[in-house]
Amino acid sequence: MTTPVLEIRNLHARIEDREILKGVNLIIPPGEVHAIMGRNGSGKSTLSYVLAGKEDYEITEGEVLLNGENILELGPDERAAAGLFLAFQYPIEIPGVATMTFLKAALNAQRKARGEEELKTPDFMRLVKEAGSQLNIDSDMLKRPLNVGFSGGEKKRAEIMQMALLKPSLAVLDETDSGLDIDALQVVSKGVNALRDGQRSMLVITHYQRLLNHIVPDVVHVFSDGRIVESGDKDLALKLEAEGYANYGGEAA
Amino acid sequence: MADYDIPTLKEEIDRETVEQVLALDVDKYKYGFETDIESDVAAVGLSEDTIRFISAKKEEPEWMLEWRLEAFRRWLTMDEPNWAKVHYPKIDFQNISYYAAPKSFKGPKSLDEVDPELLRTYEKLGIPLKEQAILAGVEGAAESVGTPFGANVAVDAVFDSVSVVTTFRAELAKQGIIFCSISEAIREYPELVQKYLGSVVPVSDNYYATLNCAVFTDGSFVYIPKGVRCPMELSTYFRINEKKTGQFERTLIIADDDSYVSYLEGCTAPMRDEHQLHAAVVELVALDNAEIKYSTVQNWYPGDKNGKGGIYNFVTKRGDCRGVNSHISWTQVETGSAITWKYPSCILRGDGSRGEFYSIAISNGYQQVDSGTKMIHLGKNTSSRIISKGIAAGFSDNTYRGQVSAHAKAKNARNFTQCDSLLIGDKCGAHTVPYIESRNGTAVFEHEATTSKISDDQMFYCQQRGLSDEEAVALIVNGFVRDVLQHLPMEFMVETQKLISISLEGSVG
Ligand SMILES: Nc1ncnc2c1ncn2[C@@H]1O[C@H](COP(=O)(O)OP(=O)(O)OP(=O)(O)O)[C@@H](O)[C@H]1O
Ligand SMILES: [Mg+2]
Repeated sequence: MTTPVLEIRNLHARIEDREILKGVNLIIPPGEVHAIMGRNGSGKSTLSYVLAGKEDYEITEGEVLLNGENILELGPDERAAAGLFLAFQYPIEIPGVATMTFLKAALNAQRKARGEEELKTPDFMRLVKEAGSQLNIDSDMLKRPLNVGFSGGEKKRAEIMQMALLKPSLAVLDETDSGLDIDALQVVSKGVNALRDGQRSMLVITHYQRLLNHIVPDVVHVFSDGRIVESGDKDLALKLEAEGYANYGGEAA
Repeated sequence: MADYDIPTLKEEIDRETVEQVLALDVDKYKYGFETDIESDVAAVGLSEDTIRFISAKKEEPEWMLEWRLEAFRRWLTMDEPNWAKVHYPKIDFQNISYYAAPKSFKGPKSLDEVDPELLRTYEKLGIPLKEQAILAGVEGAAESVGTPFGANVAVDAVFDSVSVVTTFRAELAKQGIIFCSISEAIREYPELVQKYLGSVVPVSDNYYATLNCAVFTDGSFVYIPKGVRCPMELSTYFRINEKKTGQFERTLIIADDDSYVSYLEGCTAPMRDEHQLHAAVVELVALDNAEIKYSTVQNWYPGDKNGKGGIYNFVTKRGDCRGVNSHISWTQVETGSAITWKYPSCILRGDGSRGEFYSIAISNGYQQVDSGTKMIHLGKNTSSRIISKGIAAGFSDNTYRGQVSAHAKAKNARNFTQCDSLLIGDKCGAHTVPYIESRNGTAVFEHEATTSKISDDQMFYCQQRGLSDEEAVALIVNGFVRDVLQHLPMEFMVETQKLISISLEGSVG
C-alpha cells in the first residue's frame, strides 16, 4: 500500500478550555484532492492551523502523519520544509517586506532546511516568472510589501503563487475562493490544477460548490462540530448546496 | 504579462545577509576578539598633566594645548547630566586611561609599515585596508558584500587613540580634498582647524563634549574644496582595544561652497567585563549649497546578556548648515553599547537649508538607548525631516528624544517627524519624547508616532512559509526599518541587515 500524503487519526484539539476538534479522521492518498465543507465555526480553519502547527492549540489526542512521518512534534517551519503549505483564509500583512524578498527568503529557507542548495537569482527569477504569469501577478505587485494594501482577491492570488513556488506535497487551501471574482476564480483554479501531478495532494476548504467545478475533488467531506461526519464523491457537494447542513446536527451559526 | 525585473540589489542583499548571518557560527558579538599588541598607555587618571602628556605625544602646537587646558578647567566646574532616561553607576573619570597607542606606532605610516598584527585586526573586522585588497574588490564586488565597507571607500582607521592609516589619500589630494587624522590636520592645516574646531560644538557645550575637548586623542579631518564632489565614500573605523581606556575621538568635516561628501563611520570593541567609555565629538560644517551625508553604524559591545560590561557611548554630533541652501543628513544605525546617549543635530542657519535625521536604534538584553535629534531652525525657509525607527527587545529600554525649534527669524520653517517603535516581547520599553518649540507663526511642524508589536500571527505566517523564528524576526524588522535603510550607502546597508539579525538573536522563543 502506498503511504498516504496525509493521515489524521482521531485528532482532538482545544484552545483555552474549549475543545474544537473532536476526533478528526482523514486519509488523503497521493495525488488526491479532498474538499471539506461545513458550517461557519465548525472548526475547519482550526484544523488547518493545527496541521500547520500554530502554537495556540493544545492537542489532547491523536496523530498527524505527513508522508508517513508524525509531524505533531515539529515546529511550523519544519512542517513547511517537510512539504506542508497552508493558504490562509486571512493572509497576514508584512509591512516593508517586498513580496519578492519574502518569496525568496521562504523558498531558500525551505531549501536550506532540506539540505538543498539555495537558488541563484536567475533561477529564482525564472521560477517567479512562471508562477506569477499563471496567476496574473505582475512585477509591480511583487515589489509591494507582502499583502499590504492588497485587495482581497490579490491576497488570495498571492497565496496561490507562494504555493506554486514552494511546491508542497500537501496544500491546505482555506477558503481560497472567498472574495474572488469570476475571472480570478478561474485563474486561481488553473494555478491549483497545474500543481496536480498525481503525487501532490490537497485539502480544499470551501463554502461553495462552484469552486469544485474548477478544482474537481476526489472526495468531499462534511465537517460538523469538530469532526468529519460524512464523506462522498463530488456529488455530495451538490447535495449540500441544495439541502444545507440541516441534516448534520449542530446548530446553525 | 508584465516583465520581471531582476530583484533590486537591495532585495538580493536582504536574503544574502540573512544567509551570512546564519553561517556565522560565532559568539553573538562577532567582533569581540582582542588584538595582542603591546601598547603605550597613559597612566590611569585625569589631570592637567594627562592633557600635557597627550598633547606632547601628538606633537601639538602650543595653541592646541592651551585650548585643551581651558576646556579641562571648564570641565572641572561642570556636573554630569542626568536627564537622559538612562541609568548607570557613576563613572570614575580617574579610573580611565586617556591615551593608548600601539607600541609600534611612531607617527603616520604608509601601509607597508603598519604593524601586520594591526592589519590582521582590520582584516578580521572586514575592512579592506590594504589598497590592493580594495582594488581587487572592484572586480569581485561580491567579495566585498559582508564587509563593512565596499570597494570604493577611503578608510581612516582609529585603533584606540591613534589614527593608523588613511587610504586613498593621494587620489583624493588630486582634487584638493583633505582626508587625514585630526592630529595630522592640527599640525599640517592649523588655519582650517583653528577656524572650524569648536565652531559647531562649543568647548562648553556639555559635560562629555567639554571632556572630549580636553582629552580627545584622534579622529578624522575632512575638507572638501569649493565645487568638488567627493568621488568616493570617506570612512572612519573606530575600534577600542585596550583595557580600561576611554576613546575620545574628534571628527571635523568641512564642505566648502557647492561641494558634496558622504562620510561613513563604523565602530566595534572587544568584549570586556568592565565598562568602557566612548565620548566623541563630531562637527560638520556645510557652506553655501554644500551637502554632507554622515552615516554611522555603531555596534560597540553592548554587554553580556545579564548586562555586565559594554560600552558607554556618550556622543555629541552636530552639523551646522552654515551656508544658504546647504544640506546635512545624519543616518544612524545604533545596535551596540550598554548605554547610548546621542543626539546628532542640525543647526539650520543658512536660508533654505535642509536637515535630515534617519535613525534605526535597536536595543536588546539590558541595553539602554536614549537617542534622537535636534533640528534648530534659524534661517528662513529651512526644512527638516526626522524618521526614527526604534526596536526594543529583551529587557531593554529604547527612548527617542527629539527637539525641533524655530527661532523668531525662521520664517516658513518646516519639520516632519515620524517616530515608529517596534516591541519584541513584553519586558522591554519604547518611549517617545518630542519637544517642539516655535517662535515664528509661519512655522509648520508635524509629528507622527506609532508603536507596534510583532504579532504572533505574523510570526506564524512567516514560519508556515519555512522561516525559522529568528529569520522571521529579522525579516519583519528589516521591513520595519526599510524607510531608513534606503538612506544608507550600499556598504552600510549590507552591514546593517547583518547587524539587525545578530543584535536580535535570542529575542524570540
Ligand atoms: N482563540 C480562540 N478562543 C476561543 N475560541 C476560538 C478561538 N479561535 C477559534 N475559536 C472558535 O473555534 C470555533 C471554530 O473556528 P474556526 O475558525 O475553525 O471555524 P471555521 O469552520 O473555519 O469557520 P468559517 O467557516 O467561518 O471560517 C469557532 O467557534 C471559533 O469561535
Ligand atoms: Mg475558517
